[in-house]
Amino acid sequence: MKQTMAQSDIHNPDPGSNSTVLKIGGLTKFFGGLRAVHDFDVEIKQGELVGLIGPNGAGKTTIFNMITSIYPVSAGSIVFKGQDITYLPAHEVTHLGIGRTFQKIRIFPNLTVLDNVRVAYHPHARYNMFDGILRSRRFSRGEQEMTEKAQEFLAVFGMEDLQDTLASNLPYGAQRRLEIARALATEPDLLLLDEPAAGMNPREVVELMELIHFIRDHFNLTVFLIEHQMRVVMGICEWITVIDFGEIIARGTPKEIQNNPQVIEAYLGSQAIRMVA
Amino acid sequence: MKIRSLPTWLTAGLFFLVVGVGFQIVSGQGWLSGYWQQVIMLGTLMAISALGLNLKYGYAGLFALGHAAFYGIGAYSSALITKDWVVGWSGNPAGGLAGILAIEVGFILAVVAISYFKIGHLRNLMQDKLSRWLTPFEASVLATVAMLLAGGLTIVVVGGGSGWLVRQGVLALVPPVLGALPIAISQQAIFLLALLSGAVLAGLVGFLVGLPLLSLTYDYLCIATLGFGIITYVFFNNADKLIPTMKGARGMVNIPNLTTWPWVFVCAVVALVVMRNFIYSSTGRAILSVRDDPIAAETMGIDAFKFKTLAYALGCAYAGLAGGLYAHLYSFLHPSNFTWLKSVDPFVMVVFGGVGSMTGTILGAYTFELLLEGLRVLPAEFIDWRYVIYPLILLTVMLFRPQGIMGTKEWGFLKLPRITKRKHEEVPAGATQAEARASEGQED
Repeated sequence: MKQTMAQSDIHNPDPGSNSTVLKIGGLTKFFGGLRAVHDFDVEIKQGELVGLIGPNGAGKTTIFNMITSIYPVSAGSIVFKGQDITYLPAHEVTHLGIGRTFQKIRIFPNLTVLDNVRVAYHPHARYNMFDGILRSRRFSRGEQEMTEKAQEFLAVFGMEDLQDTLASNLPYGAQRRLEIARALATEPDLLLLDEPAAGMNPREVVELMELIHFIRDHFNLTVFLIEHQMRVVMGICEWITVIDFGEIIARGTPKEIQNNPQVIEAYLGSQAIRMVA
Repeated sequence: MKIRSLPTWLTAGLFFLVVGVGFQIVSGQGWLSGYWQQVIMLGTLMAISALGLNLKYGYAGLFALGHAAFYGIGAYSSALITKDWVVGWSGNPAGGLAGILAIEVGFILAVVAISYFKIGHLRNLMQDKLSRWLTPFEASVLATVAMLLAGGLTIVVVGGGSGWLVRQGVLALVPPVLGALPIAISQQAIFLLALLSGAVLAGLVGFLVGLPLLSLTYDYLCIATLGFGIITYVFFNNADKLIPTMKGARGMVNIPNLTTWPWVFVCAVVALVVMRNFIYSSTGRAILSVRDDPIAAETMGIDAFKFKTLAYALGCAYAGLAGGLYAHLYSFLHPSNFTWLKSVDPFVMVVFGGVGSMTGTILGAYTFELLLEGLRVLPAEFIDWRYVIYPLILLTVMLFRPQGIMGTKEWGFLKLPRITKRKHEEVPAGATQAEARASEGQED
């Protein structure tokens, strides 16, 4: 089952398309005495679309929060493009090229759609605070550039007509799209999607699956996603890691995972196994 | 529609010109009593202070209650400067050393602020080096201790040294320069210096207080900043032990009456324009994003703590500027004007006008001051009822309009600048993703 994880040395990443983007080893998280994640490891290569599934409370989001440094790591290491990011602050992790979305939407509700995207460009702003206060030429040029880039992004997501709308006034599906657009605006190499299909109706889910494929190819990304809906994971992921109670219980292609008795047990309970058998 | 064709900055400029000059003429003609002139000036300078609080609370979402402390720091430090140099002025201002102290302290704090960033960086480097031989814990403890020592030394040597240099420089340069000027002009120059140093000092203190406190949120931050406000109040009360001119609990008297309408008005307009340009820039958007969702802002690559500290320090500087104007308006300072209860005043103004609205904040400031003073027209035996009437008005407004008078709306040039929409010949309105996708393909 582990043959999908080809051996490769992170210190000499392949220059080709097969180089490792993210390598996690021995990742562990304790919340007080509760062990939320134990000895999690994964290795993701350039351009892959990888899924992370597991029943409620299995520790999936905790893993994402540790990758993006929102939670401090209890033990283990996270290496991104050959650089150890285990203890970097969250905003620096983003600067290195990891973008993410959240399970519970976290757009900036009181900012317009356009400003939600423009915030992502702040670390690359070509002007400083004083240019802004004095409205210098550098300000207007930098602002123009940011605005155009943000509008291009919104156009890709079909939201350019909503640019002046407050983000909180958007319908649910559009908020999800905005969150993805905003994450992409940070120009990531690795995109972490935390349950992107949560709360969507079947039609929206199909659209979302198309969208994920599209952004992966269009922006040349590697995607690591958590999903609850089996249909989505099975439909788009190239390979999957399954965790339960913070520990890896299976790993493999969607086909293999579907027939894995341990996975079925985790999802449906041990009685289901007996019924299948 | 014709009127709209005027650029907004021109409309705003005309508006400010008319208001500024108009008030000057009205008061010059004696159509307005000195008392009401003072009330309106007080309202204007409170608007500056409230704008600072609006930056902290409305824009950065920091529920901080120590605003009056910074107002007081600005008031006392600028009063020290003018009292020594303007009042004590008789061709030989060398006796005025307390004023220089305020500037000196400012410089030392600036050194502390700068070394904070540099030393934090050095500490990380050292920890990296040490962790080769020691466990991470030992390395971090050792690096911290070393850096605390180095930091203390830097502050004493560099801060003290620069403070001493500043004192020598000021004593050598300022008296001859000011002596060469006519006395009226030199007084105004000293006043400008005093206002600026009051604002900078308040901002720097805000920055240094913010460093440990701003990792807190909501009520916790409120209580912590409240604590700082009480410390400052106690300091003002006993300040005569340290700086005799401050007179402690007896109140500082004889501060030159330099605050005039042009000073207040120009300061307020500059403060407003700076605030507007600041908040409608990339930095301002970063601050707003941290308010809306600090975690999401971090994942957008924004250092949430840095922007909270920036907003806090700038808000404190606004309070300091207002304090400087206040000190020279009534020529009397008493610590009781800077208790934590006085921190509530700007809060009332901001919440009453609309949290996160500059227009609302200014309206709130004027309403608050005019209401409180205007109710003095009540007959003498009812005069204390104004503290019942004005809270009742507040209650009513909050019940029927909890978002404040303006909500988050703005007027005129304070509005969010409109961004012209991109011409979308490729993507039709309401395009689905599939269509957007196809059209994106055509663009390539």
